Amino acid sequence: MALKIVKGSIDRMFDKNLQDLVRGIRNHKEDEAKYISTCIDEIKQELKQDNIAVKANAVCKLTYLQMLGYDVSWAAFNIVEVMSSSKFTYKRIGYLAASQCFHESTDVIMLTTNQIRKDLSSPNQYDTGVALTGLSCFVTPDLARDLANDIMTLVSHGDCVKRKRCSVLIMYKVFLKYPESLRPAFPRLKEKLEDPDPGVQSAAVNVICELARRNPKNYLSLAPLFFKLMTSSTNNWVLIKIIKLFGALTPLEPRLGKKLIEPLTNLIHSTSAMSLLYECVNTVIAGQYCSSVGSVVLCVQKLRILIEDSDQNLKYLGLLAMSKILKTHPKSVQSHKDLILQCLDDKDESIRLRALDLLYGMVSKKNLMEIVKKLMLHVDKAEGTTYRDELLTKIIDICSQSNYQYITNFEWSVSQPVTPHPPGISVSWWTIRVFAVAQMATLLDNAHLLTGSMQRNGICEVLYAAAWICGEFSEHLENPLQTLEAMLRPKVATLPGHIQAVYVQNAAKLFATVLKSQEGNTDSTTAQETSQLMIDRLPLFVQSANLEVQERASCILQLVKYIQKLQQKDVEVAEEVIALFAGELNPVAPKAQKKVPVPEGYLDLTPPSESESEDEQPKAIFAKEEPKHSRPRHTEVDEKELARRREARKQEQANNPFYIKASPSSQKVYQDAPGVEHIPVVQIDLSVPLKVPGLPMSDQYVKLEEERRQKERAEKKKKEKKKRKEKRSGRGKKHDSGPESEEDITPAHMVDIVTEEMPEVRCVSLQIQFSTSRIFNELSPSSFWVFNEKKSSKHKKKKQKKEKEEKEKKKKKKKHHHHHHHSDGGGEESVQNGTVEEEEPLPVSVYDIQGNLQDGSQVVVSVIFENKCDSFLKSMEFNVLDSLNSKLQRPEGSGPHDGLTVPFQLPPGVSNEARFVFTVQSIVMPQKLKGTLTFIVKNEDSSTHEKLDFKLHFTCTSYLITTPCYSDAFAKLLESGDLKGSSVRLEGVNMPFHHLLARICFHHHFSVVERIDSCASMYSRSIQGHHVCLLVKTSGQTVSIDAKCDEPTLLGNVLDEIKQTFSQC
Amino acid sequence: MIKAILIFNNHGKPRLIRFYQYFAEDMQQQIIRETFHLVSKRDDNVCNFLEGGSLIGGSDYKLIYRHYATLYFVFCVDSSESELGILDLIQVFVETLDKCFENVCELDLIFHMDKVHYILQEVVMGGMVLETNMNEIVAQVEVQNRMEKSESLVGSVAKNGHVTFPT
Repeated sequence: MALKIVKGSIDRMFDKNLQDLVRGIRNHKEDEAKYISTCIDEIKQELKQDNIAVKANAVCKLTYLQMLGYDVSWAAFNIVEVMSSSKFTYKRIGYLAASQCFHESTDVIMLTTNQIRKDLSSPNQYDTGVALTGLSCFVTPDLARDLANDIMTLVSHGDCVKRKRCSVLIMYKVFLKYPESLRPAFPRLKEKLEDPDPGVQSAAVNVICELARRNPKNYLSLAPLFFKLMTSSTNNWVLIKIIKLFGALTPLEPRLGKKLIEPLTNLIHSTSAMSLLYECVNTVIAGQYCSSVGSVVLCVQKLRILIEDSDQNLKYLGLLAMSKILKTHPKSVQSHKDLILQCLDDKDESIRLRALDLLYGMVSKKNLMEIVKKLMLHVDKAEGTTYRDELLTKIIDICSQSNYQYITNFEWSVSQPVTPHPPGISVSWWTIRVFAVAQMATLLDNAHLLTGSMQRNGICEVLYAAAWICGEFSEHLENPLQTLEAMLRPKVATLPGHIQAVYVQNAAKLFATVLKSQEGNTDSTTAQETSQLMIDRLPLFVQSANLEVQERASCILQLVKYIQKLQQKDVEVAEEVIALFAGELNPVAPKAQKKVPVPEGYLDLTPPSESESEDEQPKAIFAKEEPKHSRPRHTEVDEKELARRREARKQEQANNPFYIKASPSSQKVYQDAPGVEHIPVVQIDLSVPLKVPGLPMSDQYVKLEEERRQKERAEKKKKEKKKRKEKRSGRGKKHDSGPESEEDITPAHMVDIVTEEMPEVRCVSLQIQFSTSRIFNELSPSSFWVFNEKKSSKHKKKKQKKEKEEKEKKKKKKKHHHHHHHSDGGGEESVQNGTVEEEEPLPVSVYDIQGNLQDGSQVVVSVIFENKCDSFLKSMEFNVLDSLNSKLQRPEGSGPHDGLTVPFQLPPGVSNEARFVFTVQSIVMPQKLKGTLTFIVKNEDSSTHEKLDFKLHFTCTSYLITTPCYSDAFAKLLESGDLKGSSVRLEGVNMPFHHLLARICFHHHFSVVERIDSCASMYSRSIQGHHVCLLVKTSGQTVSIDAKCDEPTLLGNVLDEIKQTFSQC
Repeated sequence: MIKAILIFNNHGKPRLIRFYQYFAEDMQQQIIRETFHLVSKRDDNVCNFLEGGSLIGGSDYKLIYRHYATLYFVFCVDSSESELGILDLIQVFVETLDKCFENVCELDLIFHMDKVHYILQEVVMGGMVLETNMNEIVAQVEVQNRMEKSESLVGSVAKNGHVTFPT
């Protein structure tokens, strides 16, 4: 009887086991949370009991509740209790619960150390197994430290295979948490690679692969062992791991890649396991830079088979691997374009994403429109935001890659709502601005549709451009009032501050336009309504938190209020208002700034035109920036107010890099300037409709573009095919263009190349911008060149230093030793003019030599040090052997032969720039300075002292500074008779004249003064103020250059260098 | 490395979760929800790889999953794992379950979550693949089940008072 009672109570206690709990929860769908909370109360009661079976049952239920998202950490101590049960059943439950909910900050974990140690050494292999499994999940640094030895014992002395295998695997976790244990344990781990049991072996491979992934270099020494395993093992799991490991190792050791090719190709041919085949292909790709073209072709073939497979998984993986090949062998992937385009239509998002990645490398001038059109269709259809964002990013990437080199039709580009038009671009698209304005107005009108998602994606920047374009070219708007209304919508206030500021300013411009258009009307209600609209809406912006917006808005608000007063008196104000914004904007190239020196001591913010007269520069170089009639005639405001307005306006202009006014006179010069006809801007494609009702127009463009191309193709056959090819090859290697057949597609508007870097202007200072607009007008043929030739590190230049540089790169020959050590060849590197391509992953530096305008005897050499090896470089010292003429400026107190410490260290793959100042006495002769760079190469386990010799080549050209000059000043200079002449003839120069000029401008820092047909005058100045004038004439392939300079030696050397430049091409 | 193994049904109800990296409970639930959201909207005939589970790891991580009847088996792995290999592993795991439960169905997983965990422990340990041979796995599981049974037999008999513990 008594027994029965006991049994009954036990049964009741066991009433609710895991199954009952689950069942209960399923039966309480409506009040699940409530039911569970009662269950948790029960569990708490159960945990208070002494019976371990009850406790274990409770813990088991807690594990289930943990899965449902309940925090069970409060029971951590009870879990430890259950873990320490002697019974396997309970122990297992305890360890399972622990592995689910213990983590590093669980404090009771330190109580488990001894229990786990006991379990690890338990005679029952399953106790050990359970402990190892649990430990693998919740191991902490402390546990790892305390138990590392016990685990090592298991690894080496364990008799049971399974236990051994587990303990090998757990070593990885121990190493992670307690890295000190790696070194002593490594030999044992390595031993296990050759363990007779394949399971233990595969565990060891697994662990080493994980370790090698973190730091591949340290495991290169195991390569022979793995190689043996790879050729002997038949276990695909192990093979895959090894092959993956090799994939990580081959980039470090090219010889390994070569050695692997054969067994890998064998595997590729023989294996039936797709997973293995795929990994082989991946590893061949990883080592592809050293592997033969043949093996890459084999890989691409195999991948094609994968992609064509009906199994979506294989298709996906094929595309994934393709994208890796694309990086190094774009050509071999491009031939499978059809297949990849096909994948864009796949119903599977993962596959489309992968195909998108590949597309980036597939785009060419020919197919850009087609591809983007396709992508736009997908944007419309896309459901998930991730995919749509990805699509938009890709479209932008694709269109803007390599500085828009593939965009041949800019009208098309404007019509794409999402394609990137950085604010500057439209400025110089003045050929198509009517069109652009219409588009932008529509865009503004629809802005409210876009803002939601735009803001998040940062695409709202396009509104910045759109607003500005609409304001500036408001005369082309069909319905300025409507656009004005759109610009002043309250929603605008949610846009970022800088965009609002542009909105406000341009609303004022639009306002002026509206007034102008209403002027003739006898009925003045529209004009007055517009003023009222402005007055109603502007206060919103006056309250803006953004200072810029506030300032502009309040300024304009006052102006409008005043105008309204005048309107009420029936005064005609439109002329005056429009005069506020008079003037045309011309394109400015960012590089143009560099062609203009900053006048000495010129630091204040007064407009260049004011300080101009004191300067010895020719008068007309700087355009006048202030419109003369900026003051409305009827204004009764006092001078102070006016000054304030002007100041605000200047402020605005200062902040708007594209707001560069050309005075009427400079406008004229621009039109008359010789050589203007060579600015490609003027080719207007009239087949393009100039008015577009809505946004999505890309279809039409694609068609038009096709027609245009066909026409062009027909024309091309007739003429100039040769010429074009030469021109292209002359442009340099920077264009890694697609297949050759695409080469002969000409851009619809060459202007794109000139404008592509427009936004960079933003980073230069105010006064320079004003001056550059003019200069650019004259130099645009050359700027074409500049953009193609130079892409590196422009922005690094300090604006105060007027520089022209020559680029010299040096290479260092180096031998590769097996494994990780680099030894330094110490060989002398060559220094050349122009660019040298680097192939080797070695430390390389690039020099820029810049004359310092502020001090005629100083030259600044910027050296970019790039660490291309895998080791850490430190303690770099830069030293140059001074010559009589040139000296490296050293800090005071140091001897004439001391080196300068480079103030930084270089981790692998990092580059940094250091500047060194040289004092030069005479600049009339070129010279070479010998120098040494000493540095310490630091590896994991060693550090070596290395030396690198180099030469700095100071050409005479590097002392010249591009200085603009006006034809009248130029004529005076020549007439003065102070200059001595010299001349040179260049034979066999086979390039268009404007390219020739561009080349001289670019390489030798000249600027074109005037150009008439095949004759041009050019000018430059040295840092010490020598004038250099050139008269360049061409007939056929002969170019003659007559030159004059006040220093004949300098002139002779400069001419020699020019000759040198042209003999190289 | 395998970062997490999630099993949930067609409605996103978790049936087994196993993280090899610590996440707090609410985060775990969020990961499950997100993963379910990603996986459930995919057709059965699309590929089994998914990128961009933002919660676990970054771009290096992939979701590899299989869908069986009412259950999704999702493995979150990094690039050191072979995609196709993991797919095979899921298959092995499911076949093992099938063998251990004799025609496994969702209900088995619901009521025997602990057992499923024990089976999984024989396949993956601490995020690394331990065993891929189904027969080996099943053998190990069976041995341990027998041990448990014998222990409970001893226990229950003891409760009934017929047998006393050997001392």
